[in-house]
Amino acid sequence: MSIDLVALTVALITVSTPVLLAAIGELVVEKSGVLNLGVEGMMITGAVVGFVTAVETGSPTLAFLAGMGGGMALSLIFAVLTQLLLSNQVATGLALTLFGLGLSALLGVGYPGQTPPVVTDPFPAALAEILVVGPILFGHSLVTYLSVLLVAAVWYVLAFTRTGLILRAVGESHEAAHALGYKVVRIRILAILFGGACAGLGGAFLSVVRVQNWIEGMTAGAGWIALALVVFASWKPWRVLFGAYLFGGIAALQLRLQAAEIGVPVALLDASPYLVTIIVLVLISSDRSRAALNAPAALGRVFHASS
Amino acid sequence: MKSITKLLASAALATATLAGAATAQDDPFQVGFIYVGSVGDLGWTYEHDQGRLAVEEHFGDAVETVYLENVPEGADAERAITQMILGGADMVFTTSFGYMDPTNAVAAQFPDVYFEHATGYRRDTPNVSTYSARFYEGRAVIGHIAGHMTESNIIGYIGSYPIPEVIRGINSAFLHAREVNPDVEMRVVWAYTWFDPAAEADAAQALIDAGADVIMQHTDSTAPQTVAQEAGIISFGQASDMYQFAPAPRVASIIDNWAPYYIARVEAAMNGTWESMDTWDGIGPGMVEIGEMTDAIPEEVRASATEMMEAIAAGEYHPFTGPINRQDGTAWLAEGEVADDGTLAGMDFYVEGLTGEIPN
Repeated sequence: MSIDLVALTVALITVSTPVLLAAIGELVVEKSGVLNLGVEGMMITGAVVGFVTAVETGSPTLAFLAGMGGGMALSLIFAVLTQLLLSNQVATGLALTLFGLGLSALLGVGYPGQTPPVVTDPFPAALAEILVVGPILFGHSLVTYLSVLLVAAVWYVLAFTRTGLILRAVGESHEAAHALGYKVVRIRILAILFGGACAGLGGAFLSVVRVQNWIEGMTAGAGWIALALVVFASWKPWRVLFGAYLFGGIAALQLRLQAAEIGVPVALLDASPYLVTIIVLVLISSDRSRAALNAPAALGRVFHASS
Repeated sequence: MKSITKLLASAALATATLAGAATAQDDPFQVGFIYVGSVGDLGWTYEHDQGRLAVEEHFGDAVETVYLENVPEGADAERAITQMILGGADMVFTTSFGYMDPTNAVAAQFPDVYFEHATGYRRDTPNVSTYSARFYEGRAVIGHIAGHMTESNIIGYIGSYPIPEVIRGINSAFLHAREVNPDVEMRVVWAYTWFDPAAEADAAQALIDAGADVIMQHTDSTAPQTVAQEAGIISFGQASDMYQFAPAPRVASIIDNWAPYYIARVEAAMNGTWESMDTWDGIGPGMVEIGEMTDAIPEEVRASATEMMEAIAAGEYHPFTGPINRQDGTAWLAEGEVADDGTLAGMDFYVEGLTGEIPN
């Protein structure tokens, strides 16, 4: 009994998509110098809003847009509290997660077990039947392709455009950026909203495409994995993609190893993403210059224009 | 990961405090419930909450109930239970196996509070009772159906944790599938969670990729049903009816009916006749029910499954009746011998014919 590598690859891509979306959004937020620990709350809100919209309107497109809107709405609360009212980012982010979990439970009453519309894949089924590459390249939902494109876009914008440069400047030294005349608060609010939209889309993908149901607490910690992933990737977009697929791959692989009755220490495999994250954290903090290269210098620091 | 657990626990405590504050009135008898998942899971926790609602309806104003969802198993549960008691609970139902140690630890500190722990076996102090349902009786019936209906001869089984309750279910389902189909194989995937819809869906998909055309689950959400539906195979509702997936993939289900037990125990606690005991009821007393078998099951199979169900209910047939060997080939039950409850309660071995290994 061997493991079907094609099926494994297809599964790992699907498994990874929600976390990848949330993580790439959070990367942009952190690059702007803001630490938003509310990813889980924004994801679950996106999941419930997306699912409710899918059931009510029958349109997956509207559902994904609504999921993004839900995540954005929640992130806006965070943006107002931390950027305008200068609250502590860690505490506000944690509160946002708790709020999102509660709010989503409230919004979702009556929806568990409802049937959402079927999301059609962008490529015709015939393409997905091509041997090996078919299922891997053409067998996914539109959002999955979008997530990869988003990684490429974030990488390009951060590395090669003026917008990216400004965003990074704000994240590295908000005083300097402010002195240069950039609107630090405005830029950060936009970054936070982008992060919220990405997390919300990831949540909507989870409820509308992957599980096709609304169940309270269904994100089950995916938002926290997304946060760990940004650190694991040391704030580099392509590494986020690699990390998401690696984490997802481990999850998909260990289930298949079990199904194939190959004896492996499952608990160890399950814990490995966290172990790897810890190792990466130790490595990047072992060397001051390397840490300074990667982590945005102003991450989590409150900015006040008069100071 | 630790900080996540702590976070969740503090979230749970925050909810508990709110619930407690809202019901600080001490006059009615207060009954608390600790849930491992959310009441909206449409599975395990949903059915416990139905039991809670039945208690409320039965006693009216005389009883007040509070509950706490998504309480992590393990040491953190201790704080959640304590908080609930400090909030005024006179009786606490802890509804998952992993609450066993916390329940007994808290019970030792509050001798005047009644504790009811589901699916466990430790009753350290005289104020702790344990209760469970003989889910394996239901497993025997759905195993029988699965054995008849599988075409690939591979049955996929999503396990939560390798504990006796789950292993018993696997053995029971497998024995009865094998009985009607000697070629049947069972593949078990351990999800290491009771409730994580995405992980459960992934586990179902992994089993389907490995060739399974029947999925059984011992986890709490409906996610595996959705995957089964997409793959066009069959599945069984677990803990709750999951009838929204009928007539297929869900062709039958095992339903836990806790309401009569909860009402009886609350009544006993209120009138002072409560005592520490272990309750283990099955299909006969109605704690385990088999949900409607749909037309997707061939008629003669429905008939034979019903027959088995009735024989179990009447006490004429025990799902673990010999000859049964252990996985390593050594004899466990001789011809006609019936398993004793002690062995069943601590079951940590597979029966002969299962090919996997129980992780430790």
